[in-house]
Amino acid sequence: MASVTYDHVVKRYTADVTVVKDFNVEIKDKEFMVLVGPSGCGKSTALRMLAGLEAITEGQIRIGDRVVNNVAAKDRDIAMVFQSYALYPHMSVYDNMAFPLQMAHMPKTEIDKRVKNASRILGLDNFLKRKPRALSGGQRQRVALGRAIVRSPKVFLLDEPLSNLDAKLRGQTRIELQKLHRDLETTFIYVTHDQVEAMTMGDRIAIMNAGILQQVGTPGDIYDHPANLFVAGFIGSPTMNFVPVTTSDSTAKASGFDVKLPKSVPAGKATLGFRPETLTDRIGDQHNAIDMSVDVVERLGSDQFLYGQVGSDSVTARVDPKMKVEPGDKVRLGLDTRSLHLFDAETELAQF
Amino acid sequence: MSVATAGRLESTAAAWSLPWLAQRLQRSLLHIAVIGLTLVWIIPTLGLLISSFRPSTQILTTGWWTAVSPPLQFTLQNYQDMLSQSNMGTAIFNSFMVSIPSTVIPVTIAAFAAYAFAWMKFPFRDWIFLAFVGLLAVPLQLTFVPVLSFFVAHGIVPDNLTSLGLPPWIGLWLAHAGYGLPFSTYLLANFFRQLPSDLFESAEIDGAGTLTVFFRIVLPLSVPALASLIIFQFLWVWNDLLVALIYVGGSVEVAPLTVNLANLTNSLGQGYQLLTAAAFFSMVIPLAVFLSLQRYFVRGILAGSVKG
Repeated sequence: MASVTYDHVVKRYTADVTVVKDFNVEIKDKEFMVLVGPSGCGKSTALRMLAGLEAITEGQIRIGDRVVNNVAAKDRDIAMVFQSYALYPHMSVYDNMAFPLQMAHMPKTEIDKRVKNASRILGLDNFLKRKPRALSGGQRQRVALGRAIVRSPKVFLLDEPLSNLDAKLRGQTRIELQKLHRDLETTFIYVTHDQVEAMTMGDRIAIMNAGILQQVGTPGDIYDHPANLFVAGFIGSPTMNFVPVTTSDSTAKASGFDVKLPKSVPAGKATLGFRPETLTDRIGDQHNAIDMSVDVVERLGSDQFLYGQVGSDSVTARVDPKMKVEPGDKVRLGLDTRSLHLFDAETELAQF
Repeated sequence: MSVATAGRLESTAAAWSLPWLAQRLQRSLLHIAVIGLTLVWIIPTLGLLISSFRPSTQILTTGWWTAVSPPLQFTLQNYQDMLSQSNMGTAIFNSFMVSIPSTVIPVTIAAFAAYAFAWMKFPFRDWIFLAFVGLLAVPLQLTFVPVLSFFVAHGIVPDNLTSLGLPPWIGLWLAHAGYGLPFSTYLLANFFRQLPSDLFESAEIDGAGTLTVFFRIVLPLSVPALASLIIFQFLWVWNDLLVALIYVGGSVEVAPLTVNLANLTNSLGQGYQLLTAAAFFSMVIPLAVFLSLQRYFVRGILAGSVKG
């Protein structure tokens, strides 16, 4: 059990190919940290540097107080679960889980105890003699987890471990992983491109884009206060509405509506952001009335999303599922002015 | 792919329509070609087999195909004679003593080398690999004089080795190992490269060293490639006449089966019946090796081309 610190970490392949730029994060002991971002954003590279599979070009990575830059992967006291699971295909489930312990020259009785314990936790007792090819995707994934658990490492690294599972199993495994994290009381670092996994599992989330860390915070924090346009667009589904506006004092003027901002801002161009759930069929004191012409209606049972035009801007609204709307209708909706976001047109940083 | 396409076409084309006929014709031609090729290979072998069981007087007077019609006259005499005369026992023993080390040595070295070429980082790796594989293009005959004079200069010749109490075939083993290495290394390196890198990384984190990864992960996963390589190398060495003749010569104590067979024709010009029996006998061993390993071979021959 230990904290993990990325201190000004850089990964450069050639002089002009830098995949991780000045990465600074401190992951607390026993924390579940999720690294999330679109593919190619450097999140896997950041994890692999911690695992010892990639050299660190600049900066320091510390596990606990120990700088691990030059420590071999096997001596870092970490365990990793790969996206492909990387099970040894010719070994039984038991041998797969025992392998890291055999490598550590642990006595046979201790190995047996640990493997049996892990298989009990993961429900693999009946499969110990099977080869990986005779297992389902979910079972293989649990074997990969088991191989990590048996070592009782200080830090668990998980590289998109759920992306090869079908949707139902993924949801189930998400919950199991959180339970496992609670039971093991160990630091988890979890890499994913799926913002739903990030939001549901992480104690904190670190969002990366193009090799640069965008924001670190709790899921709620990031959802309510995205630091910039990228984070605002990446987290949340359907994505946040972005409307170009012209600001003057505390009013923002879009192509189809005006809205009063909670505080005054410098005059000029900006991007107004609001999530679909803040544009609803309720129009109260805090709401700004907006007329929308509906193009597409999506009924999900518990929710109803309207996709359409306000002025010349495309927006999404989330309305009561019982509201009767058809494509082509014009509807009057209310925009909750308490949860607006304004992003600088140049820097894309959030002004509030 | 093509099989699937053909199958689909067949199911959609109506019977006796033009595409159906064209396809039928195409198939038939393919079958005829395959059957024809098989016959071309099988018939002489069959002739050899039948001749080897015929009395010598008949071999010399009538063709082998007449033997299959009555009156049937078959005998094991040729095999008895062959095994009791002409040092066949020694020759068979020699052939094994040549073939087994000449297979084991290059395959072992090639496996280590291929692992290094495929998964270890060292300077000029790709250039060295290229040079190594380039040796495939060197004609065997070009090497005889320099290698043999090297062996002679360093006493790696049968007489000298025997007087030192060593097996007389060491030079031949080394020569076969050298000739087999470029291809073996190339085949295995290609196979090893296709093993998923995650496995190696996982093993690295699990604490396995290079040798452990090689013995516990790479080798068990490469059984198909190794099996096909062993078949290739064994067949080549077993059937080799030239290399053996050059490096150990034709004396009875050291010469393998192929050399002995060649001598049979020379010294026993009339002993044609013995040759048939001996030749067939010499084919049995490679056949047995091939059949025992062929289920790996079929998978392994795709090594390096298609993902296995």
